[in-house]
Amino acid sequence: MASKTIKLKAKAENGEVTVKTLIKHPMETGRRKDKDTGELVPAHYIREVTCTHKGETVLSAEWGATISKNPFLSFSFTGGAPGEEIELSYTDNKGGTETATAKIS
Amino acid sequence: MSTDTKRRLFLRASLSAGALGMAAGTGLLAPGRVLAAWNEAAFKAESVGDALKGAFGSDAVTDSAEITMEMPDNPENGAAVPVEVTTTLAGVQSMALLVDKNPRALCGVFTPGKRMKPKVSIRIKVSETSDVIAVVKAGDKLYTSRKGVKVTIGGCA
Repeated sequence: MASKTIKLKAKAENGEVTVKTLIKHPMETGRRKDKDTGELVPAHYIREVTCTHKGETVLSAEWGATISKNPFLSFSFTGGAPGEEIELSYTDNKGGTETATAKIS
Repeated sequence: MSTDTKRRLFLRASLSAGALGMAAGTGLLAPGRVLAAWNEAAFKAESVGDALKGAFGSDAVTDSAEITMEMPDNPENGAAVPVEVTTTLAGVQSMALLVDKNPRALCGVFTPGKRMKPKVSIRIKVSETSDVIAVVKAGDKLYTSRKGVKVTIGGCA
């Protein structure tokens, strides 16, 4: 499943799978003012991120708006093998959601 | 996508929808929070103490040398400060990352599954020179470590 906004990579090495993801998202805090209009840019940020492997949640995270724009996240887990799939999805404060899958290499 | 995967996805979606529906029906979840369990109180808190109380129900933390934080001392830009938190503590239940002087202290809470290594790398916003704080919940206790960062260009957090 290709995703336009999530780049997802998983690599198995020494019995561990390292997951790296880069999500295209503005992560607006709601405190920044638009330079042209002088109006506050409404908050728009990812709140929940979940990564699953074989139907089991490997990581679930709750984020605030102080995670950087276009968030980068990396972590690793055991019990994964090349060729298997992982899935990562997020939900933002506006209800926007996106899911990506990647094969472990 | 194979039929099998589709079926599993469908099953999972219907299961979670059912569970949510039941929770909403029995009044376990307040309306408006039905779709997300996101911890609003913790993320809206301005101080580290309030954020910890919101996230973990307590702000009683113990300093621990078993939490390692890797990050630049002098990040050029506060908008994206790379932080890596690792711990050798056993029985990690969750890991949180906070910035003392940000308008809202809590950056994120990470709940590792059984197979995840207690190590997270992420980029955060740091609004001004401040301490970055990692809190690890292990064995129902809170452990912490902190590291100062000097920011020249604030991260508008």
